[in-house]
Amino acid sequence: MTAVGAEPLLRVEDLRIVFASRRGELVAVDGVSFAIARGEVLGLVGESGAGKSVTGAAIIGLLDPPGRIAGGRILFEGARIDHLPEEELRRLRGRRIGAVFQDPLTALNPLYTIGRQLVETMRTHLDIGAAEARGRALRLLKEVGIPAAERRFDAYPHELSGGMRQRVVIALALAADPALVIADEPTTALDVSIQAQIIALLKRLCQERGTAVLLITHDMGVIAGAADRVAVMYAGRIVEIGPVAEVLLAPKHPYTVGLMGSIPPLGRKVERLMQIEGSMPRLHEIPPGCAFHPRCPHMRPRCREARPEPVTVGPGHHAACWLFAEEGPDGRA
Amino acid sequence: MLAFVLRRLAQALLVMLTVGLIAFALFRYVGDPINNLVGQETSLAEREALRERLGLNDPFFVQYARFLANAARGDFGFSYIYRRPVAELIAERLPATLELSFAAALLALLVGIPMGVYTALRRRGVLAQGFMMVSLVGVSIPTFLIGILLILVFGVLLRWLPTFGRGEVVELGWWTTGLLTVSGLKALIMPAVTLALFQMTLIMRLVRAEMLEVLRTDYIRFARARGLKSRTIHFGHALKNTLVPVMTITGLQLGSIIAFAIITESVFQWPGMGLLFVQAINEVDIPVMAAYLMLIALFFVIINLVVDILYYLVDPRLRADRAVAHGHG
Amino acid sequence: MAEASTRRSRRRPVLDNELLEDFLHAPVAVLAAVITLGFFLAALFAPWVAPHDPFDLAAVNLLDALLPPAWLEGGDGRFPLGTDDQGRDVLSTIIYGARISLGVGVASVLLAIAIGVPLGLVAGYAGGRVDAVIMRIADVQLSFPAILIALLIDGVARGLLPRELHDELAIYVLIFAIGVSGWVQYARTVRGSTLVERRKEYVQAARLIGVSAPAIMLRHILPNVLGPVLVIATIHLALAIITEATLSFLGVGVPPTQPSLGTLIRIGNDYLFSGEWWITIFPGAALAILVLAVNLLGDWLRDALNPRLR
Repeated sequence: MTAVGAEPLLRVEDLRIVFASRRGELVAVDGVSFAIARGEVLGLVGESGAGKSVTGAAIIGLLDPPGRIAGGRILFEGARIDHLPEEELRRLRGRRIGAVFQDPLTALNPLYTIGRQLVETMRTHLDIGAAEARGRALRLLKEVGIPAAERRFDAYPHELSGGMRQRVVIALALAADPALVIADEPTTALDVSIQAQIIALLKRLCQERGTAVLLITHDMGVIAGAADRVAVMYAGRIVEIGPVAEVLLAPKHPYTVGLMGSIPPLGRKVERLMQIEGSMPRLHEIPPGCAFHPRCPHMRPRCREARPEPVTVGPGHHAACWLFAEEGPDGRA
Repeated sequence: MLAFVLRRLAQALLVMLTVGLIAFALFRYVGDPINNLVGQETSLAEREALRERLGLNDPFFVQYARFLANAARGDFGFSYIYRRPVAELIAERLPATLELSFAAALLALLVGIPMGVYTALRRRGVLAQGFMMVSLVGVSIPTFLIGILLILVFGVLLRWLPTFGRGEVVELGWWTTGLLTVSGLKALIMPAVTLALFQMTLIMRLVRAEMLEVLRTDYIRFARARGLKSRTIHFGHALKNTLVPVMTITGLQLGSIIAFAIITESVFQWPGMGLLFVQAINEVDIPVMAAYLMLIALFFVIINLVVDILYYLVDPRLRADRAVAHGHG
Repeated sequence: MAEASTRRSRRRPVLDNELLEDFLHAPVAVLAAVITLGFFLAALFAPWVAPHDPFDLAAVNLLDALLPPAWLEGGDGRFPLGTDDQGRDVLSTIIYGARISLGVGVASVLLAIAIGVPLGLVAGYAGGRVDAVIMRIADVQLSFPAILIALLIDGVARGLLPRELHDELAIYVLIFAIGVSGWVQYARTVRGSTLVERRKEYVQAARLIGVSAPAIMLRHILPNVLGPVLVIATIHLALAIITEATLSFLGVGVPPTQPSLGTLIRIGNDYLFSGEWWITIFPGAALAILVLAVNLLGDWLRDALNPRLR
């Protein structure tokens, strides 16, 4: 292992996740690799079913059967955490890796007060007494922007609005000061008017603490507002990864181009907005070669036959597409 | 809270009035009460006089009201068969049925809930699958057959336990109890097990199903993502959420134990109300049938009420809804 | 997982190839189906299947009374499962008894369906006051165990019918009592599905073009509730058989002249203490196996038609 400073906080290498089903094994995630540095926000973007959430679940060891990690490695702070025994994983969850779930309406236990849920999370991971935990919980509630925190401490989840509840969920994720937070669609279930607030809050709190974030979303707007780097997933594979500004402004992979298609590039005139024909294939009918080829406007014979490996297309910017494999980008007007 | 209880009470009263109507209709229109009171030799005039005296010629609602007023005082008239006040007959039999039912309910809960939790948590375990199989066999064997099998094994072949009756009883005022004597307790074992078995399997399956449902929820996943210990998650978060819906159905199930006691009492010749009721049906002893019906309805209504109030106390969501609806909590 | 399974539509036709394929891969379900079918066939063809006619007084000999099963000492090869107190072959009485038990069970289930399904359709489709009244009645009835309601109906019938007619009509009274005590489940389920279906576009469209309410219920909504109704009916059949047996055991069911499995157990129960266990235990075992098989079938069917539980 290299020195801690050089080692990224989280490294995912060639991750493969399969689901056993009656039609045989379905590959949900295939050959996914990425890394997150300390304090970095990596966006993971793609349509539903692309394998984003499954990837997130695999990292915190919450992949439910019949899903399982079938290959690759997950390294956290230099140590492998895939296939850890359940008890060791549990100590990691909440303590070193926090999680923010999509729907704050269902993520909180309806029968426990939010204060109790916070205190219980803290006391599970930190060696502190009840009074100290209460103090910390109250400070945290204030930090996530819950007004009248003392009063809300004894409130039940249903007594809070959706936005307030998501703030509580963020507080719960940060309760034991984790080094990484996995936020799975943290704003999707929220009212549009408060989505930006919640993202800003998450970003600010993590910046203050130096906490890294894996931000899973299908919303390019959220990525643009919060992420440092972004990885684009399609049918279980990462098709493009790079700095946010690069990927958003100069997308390379035809799929990313299509995703960005509905947002007209700034300062450039285009003849038409590009739309992607068709839809993402189901897990049991992923085509051979490049999974995107049936929908790709630049499809060539080899796209049908062989799977493209990621190639460097810019500084820290990679795309898995035959367009860039040997020759430079061509055929694109 | 008060408004909630009052509304529940009003509903309970409505149910009792409806059941009272059925009981009254039974009493008044199934068979002729006069024929059952007098002998063959009574003349038509005498019958008519009796009819008038008993108020059987009064308008329907007057009779119904009188029936209800009498019932409220525990007066259900005379049994056609025993020629004794029905209330007296039932009071004699009530302790036997209640003791049997409570013993069975306790057994069903104390065994059924842990088994349900276990089978939910170890869903694919061998023992859990075994429990599920046994429970299916359990619901497939009629109660009376289980009783007969127990009698055959423990009564006839092994001769360990008495096969009928209540054993020795001790009188505590008007209440007779079999719980204070060895023979009474021994006599209670087989009937209580027989009566409990079916409810036990139901409670187990219900707890298992609810628990599995709860274990799939987001907040349990999130609790796991927070790194809570599985013991905390299973026996704190999940169990508490499981028991809220289970409580309602279980409460109703416990009510039906009193009714199912009819079968058990028949098998073991247990001198309770159920046995009395079966005899009443066989002999068309309408006043006893009517009284039993109303008593059972009363039990159900009380249990329902208690369950509703418990529900209200356990689930904060319900409390808050009421608080919002009524402006106070 | 969720992503893979939600794509499959939640509702499936009642019978399709996939269901059949599942079935053939579930040995327990196949065994249960075979046993159930066996009982039905034996019951249907009882006069040809049973070795003796237990109700032919000329053929029954009191000298053969209380013989143990053939493999025990004193047993007689003519009576494989022994004989009862009147010298009737236990195996034959079981076959004839299953005939009564299954007949009453199936008829009660059909009656319950005939009451419950239309009420559920109407309640769900009409809504409003009609719905409220039907569901209120259902709630009250549901809070009492079916066995109690069946007992009560039976008691009332005894009071209303003259005694000499009673034995003759006992079976119909029983069917009525068990059927009426079981309709609520159907009504509630059908109502629930109807409420869902009614909001769907195709129903709205049918209403707009003036298809009559009964036609919509019959042609569009009914087919969609058949799956759940089939599941309930299977589990209800097991319950109806148990209820019939219980009532007969309590002595308020079918008369001893046409004994069902429950009646046989009741008769045999008197001989339990004197050691003639076979008179009770064999009909009891037959009853338990039959009910278990039907229950297993129902359980499997419920899981198979509910993709969420897979």
